Amino acid sequence: MEMIKVTIDNKVIEVEKGTTILDAAHTVGINIPTLCYLHLHDLNITNKPAGCRVCVVEVKGRRNLAPACVTECTPGMEVSTHNIRVLNSRKTVLELILSDHPTDCLICPKSGSCDLQSLAQEMGIRQIRYEGEQSTYREDTSPAIIRDVDKCIMCRRCEMMCNDVQTVGVLSAVNRGFMAVVAPAFERNLDHSECTYCGQCVAVCPTGALTEVDHTNNVIRTLADPSKTVIVQTAPAVRAALGEEFGMEAGTLVTGKMAAALRRLGFDYVFDTDFAADLTIMEEGTELLDRITRHLKGDTTVKLPILTSCCPGWVSFFEHQFPDMLDIPSTARSPQQMFGSIAKTYFAEKLGIKRENMVVVSIMPCLAKKYECSRNEFKVDGNPDVDFAVSTRELAHLIKQANINFLELPDEDFDRPLGDSTGAAVIFGATGGVIEAATRTAYEVFTGKKLDKVDFEQLRGMEWIRRAEVDFDGFPIKIGIAHGLGNARKLLEEIRDGKADFHAIEIMACPGGCIGGGGQPLHHGDSSILKARTAALYREDAGKAIRKSHENPFIQKLYEDFLGKPCGHKSHHLLHTHYFDKSNPVEIE
Amino acid sequence: MHLLVCGGTGCRASESETIFHDLKTTIASKGLENEVQVITTGCFGFCEKGPIVKVMPDNTFYTRVTPADVTEIIEEHVIKGRKVTRLLYINPETQESVSDSKHMGFYRKQIRIALRNCGFIDPENIDEYIGRDGYQALGKCLTEMTPEQVIEMMKKSGLRGRGGGGFPAGLKWEITRASMADQKYVVCNADEGDPGAFMDRSILEGDPHSVIEAMAICGYCIDGSKGLVYIRAEYPLAIDRLKTAIGQAREYGLLGDNILGTGFSFDIELRYGAGAFVCGEETALIHSMEGLRGEPTVKPPFPSVSGYLGKPTNVNNVETFANVPVIINRGAEWFSSIGTEKSRGTKVFALAGKINNVGLIEVPMGISLREVIFEIGGGIKDGKKFKAVQTGGPSGGCLTAKHLDTPIDYDNLIAAGSMMGSGGMIVLDEDDCMVSIAKFYLDFTVEESCGKCAPCRIGNKRLIEILEKICKGNGTMEDLDNLRNLGQVIKDTSLCGLGQTSPNPVLSTMDNFYHEYLAHVVDKKCPSGQCKALLRYIIDAENCVGCTACARICPVNAISGERKGVHIVDQAVCIKCGACLEKCKFNAVFIK
Amino acid sequence: MASINIKLNIEKLGQLQAICKEFNNDKGELINVLHKAQHLFGYLPAEVQEVIAHELNTSAAHVYGVVTFYSFFTMTPKGEHPISICMGTACYVRGAEKVLDEFKRILKVKVGETTPDGQFSLSCLRCVGACGLAPVVLVGDKVFGRVAPDGVKDIIEEYSK
Repeated sequence: MEMIKVTIDNKVIEVEKGTTILDAAHTVGINIPTLCYLHLHDLNITNKPAGCRVCVVEVKGRRNLAPACVTECTPGMEVSTHNIRVLNSRKTVLELILSDHPTDCLICPKSGSCDLQSLAQEMGIRQIRYEGEQSTYREDTSPAIIRDVDKCIMCRRCEMMCNDVQTVGVLSAVNRGFMAVVAPAFERNLDHSECTYCGQCVAVCPTGALTEVDHTNNVIRTLADPSKTVIVQTAPAVRAALGEEFGMEAGTLVTGKMAAALRRLGFDYVFDTDFAADLTIMEEGTELLDRITRHLKGDTTVKLPILTSCCPGWVSFFEHQFPDMLDIPSTARSPQQMFGSIAKTYFAEKLGIKRENMVVVSIMPCLAKKYECSRNEFKVDGNPDVDFAVSTRELAHLIKQANINFLELPDEDFDRPLGDSTGAAVIFGATGGVIEAATRTAYEVFTGKKLDKVDFEQLRGMEWIRRAEVDFDGFPIKIGIAHGLGNARKLLEEIRDGKADFHAIEIMACPGGCIGGGGQPLHHGDSSILKARTAALYREDAGKAIRKSHENPFIQKLYEDFLGKPCGHKSHHLLHTHYFDKSNPVEIE
Repeated sequence: MHLLVCGGTGCRASESETIFHDLKTTIASKGLENEVQVITTGCFGFCEKGPIVKVMPDNTFYTRVTPADVTEIIEEHVIKGRKVTRLLYINPETQESVSDSKHMGFYRKQIRIALRNCGFIDPENIDEYIGRDGYQALGKCLTEMTPEQVIEMMKKSGLRGRGGGGFPAGLKWEITRASMADQKYVVCNADEGDPGAFMDRSILEGDPHSVIEAMAICGYCIDGSKGLVYIRAEYPLAIDRLKTAIGQAREYGLLGDNILGTGFSFDIELRYGAGAFVCGEETALIHSMEGLRGEPTVKPPFPSVSGYLGKPTNVNNVETFANVPVIINRGAEWFSSIGTEKSRGTKVFALAGKINNVGLIEVPMGISLREVIFEIGGGIKDGKKFKAVQTGGPSGGCLTAKHLDTPIDYDNLIAAGSMMGSGGMIVLDEDDCMVSIAKFYLDFTVEESCGKCAPCRIGNKRLIEILEKICKGNGTMEDLDNLRNLGQVIKDTSLCGLGQTSPNPVLSTMDNFYHEYLAHVVDKKCPSGQCKALLRYIIDAENCVGCTACARICPVNAISGERKGVHIVDQAVCIKCGACLEKCKFNAVFIK
Repeated sequence: MASINIKLNIEKLGQLQAICKEFNNDKGELINVLHKAQHLFGYLPAEVQEVIAHELNTSAAHVYGVVTFYSFFTMTPKGEHPISICMGTACYVRGAEKVLDEFKRILKVKVGETTPDGQFSLSCLRCVGACGLAPVVLVGDKVFGRVAPDGVKDIIEEYSK
């Protein structure tokens, strides 16, 4: 690589040719502020429209100021990042952005984690000299996401996520000039669009323009209702991220503290979605083996590959975008829904209470889960299997509101019987984890042999699309993995074109899997946080005594006492689902 | 004998098509069709006096012709050889009629290179273009010159981009040539959007082949076989003529595969703009051609390296291209002998506003504003006083009397706080309020900002809000400071050329007419009487006879007074509608 | 989940699909397709944009983003006689704004609106290049030059039914 010398704030540094001023400055500890810029290194996700103009710097010899995020260093370049011209311009631009932004920070859901707010503080903005008309738009509330469009600063991060990464194409910049904003087609509400509620737009929004529907008050009210038995389940990815909301280092596992906190919040039973993840493996794994066995017997009607169906964002995606392929995914419900279904039947029976008197709350890293639990097929006589899905961030708020000193909490265990799980379940939270868990079980069931080593390193990693072969005792099982819906699309198109010869494919809508979900603590563009969370999940798996779903004794007991056999009649009724064609048909008048 | 009828948009709007048709049928009825040819041409430039009919070979220039004049022109001029004096141009200074265009002040100082064929040939007939050395330059390039030699010639000529930026055309071609790719594109920017400039359209309407030929030459130089013209959809006539010309060029083997048997292939497609000024910016233009929102992106990479569909793309505007064939035919030395040291050749300006001779002119670089306004333009309309001239449209600024003798070229205009832009030149007189003019341009920019970058999206909105405040009489001295700071920051931080130049009309009027801003802010007065909110309708006690007409017409009952007594306007109630002024028969109401 | 059903006349739908096909259903040709579609329908209602998005294999949001970017495209039907006032600089300094005000006053509509009877719609456009005739007003394709505010009434009367 060719190296070049540049001077930044009087420091001479050597950088690779092609380095931006922003990155070059960073190497010598100069942090130029940014706003629209987003770069998730490990995932190769970049947003740099150079639109906010907050990162402008002075380059000697250049007529105007240069945006550091996109301007590449040239040999001998002399850059000043904080002279009076730069500072005045940066502050003025920031004042302009604030002049077209509501100032209800005190009650904004994003307060405290808003990039715009922090920047205004750092830059010492104490007055807005250029006040004037503010652009106003209609607020949009959907089952999972709220768009408070007045707070949009046109950073275009959500648009990039929705289009380039997820290829869902719901959001686009619309209008122009002062009224330009990011919105769905015809500025309709999200629930009238093809939105999958993956929440990646929320995960990257620097302001309060995109936030989740907040269910914390519903939870508080429910907990205070003596007539209700309130049960909580927590998804695997939550334990690897919740600590961040309390200042803990990314990747700190807080499983025990989380259970303790939930108990102190007043939940009657503190259970684990991981239990349902083990159950998912039993059902989905059985379905996989059934399809493979029939396939090997020459049954040409059998659909392969089988696609995982744990991820509600992904389910919405194929219902909207690939309605011709609804028979390929597994019919197994997601762990959240399996849990709800079992809780309100098996466990309610055990407690001897009516399902109406049981409330199931789920703690999820995900916003699509809010939408998923509102789907009609997951209700019995209008009563949902899961009543409220709250995000990791909302749980942190609940804990804070209850005056719980999270850091000082002792580690506690989940309750039984729906709280015990295996290592296979906990890795559901990371890309590749579901298929690895399925492989552990499917291998043993298929071959009748014990696995020597349960770690399948070839299925792990951050690469967008991964292809691997696992030897099932002489029979090579071909596995595909994609995270991010854009990559899912690529695999689906391969299947549709007959180019793919996989047996099983795992898909997760969010980059990195659930650990990067739309309900997780905000990563603010730091992808090392996502890596640390992933590592934490694999660490928890490695530390578990039981690491294969079918060896979970509580799962075995559930089948013995209640369900019968995997994919049997009762499981089919309680643990499986069906999909809908949600494409927009052209209706002729 | 030839009768040339202007078929430009301006003259067509005044029935020039009927005139053409009537001339033709009358000629035919007299059995003269073999001796006299009637031809529709492109714009003559002298739009003020349109519709224009020119008689060749004696250059007789008939102005403001109507269909009713057709018989006389034929009976008198064509048959009897007597000029129709009443239709001749009258020199406003001497009040004498001018017998031919060569003696008209409007044309005398012009050098027509880009407009060389406009008004001379039938733009829908390729033979007429060929008859005036058309496609000779393309032939010469393809058979006698290497691409490098052509580029060298372009560089030596000193031709700079006529679209506004002024980047050397030859250098651009050289960079595009040096970018390696399997496909490269030649793009002609015909998305003329400057409010008050229409030269590109006139060239396309009057001489489309000159652009086609130049694009092919450019394709040869950069090693690209595809040309695209990005043209405003609001230019139906230009689109039609361009389509016709492309068809004819293909028929003659001047476009398509293996042009002139040389093995070089080149063809042109049209892409339509859809009403976005920012698409004049080349990266925005390219995105628009790709079916996207016309938002600009940061340069580098320049289109010459990565443009349309990610391929090297050479973008020049219509006028730039129109110069190219002449440079090839007559040589770089000839071209560079015209103009100033850093700005060679000529520039087309759309001269408009408070000037006698509104029209399209082409003048050598280095000519003074005085020559343009007072000699070519024939001075200020209605004998009013010259105040300023606005060049460069929404990106430019105002030049004043002190700049009248400054030679016009790229660098001098920038030094004077304005810019060349695409060539709009709007003359303003004593009745124009400079704050309002700045507001007019800013209104345009706010309307046309793409909204991508914050300073342009929000900053320009704030600028216009401050200007509106000032025009309403609510401005403060602090507002004036804010205007300056904000203007400077928008220039410094905006993403593309539109934002980087959008405050120019404000900053330049502040530099040159600060006293007018002060009058609005401090005295709450608009010296030109344009800002409605600052007007005061006053009744002169001497002239008022107390007829009560004004009081009765006033829609808000702001006027009071006894019958036969002096009336008074209550300024707090008055909405400045002007009804009283119109109604008063005794000249008692006046504006202060 | 409410799904959006698209209602279009079958004949028009066929024509619209033919337009898309003419441009090889290439989303890079979106602007050309929109031009032709607007010519066909007179405007670009949401249904038309949805069909175009579907045919060009792009998102409706993208199509809508493009439609709302360019002032030439409209989602509201134009009046039978679309009136456009040139707001180029030459026309502006020669009083176009006063002419516009008069149109607004008489027609009782704002710029971008259509009269309730569907007769007239009012819009502004950029320089039409007839600066010699400033101020200029277009009704449909017909150009009216040197229009004074008191001439506005006559123009409207000429087209009124």
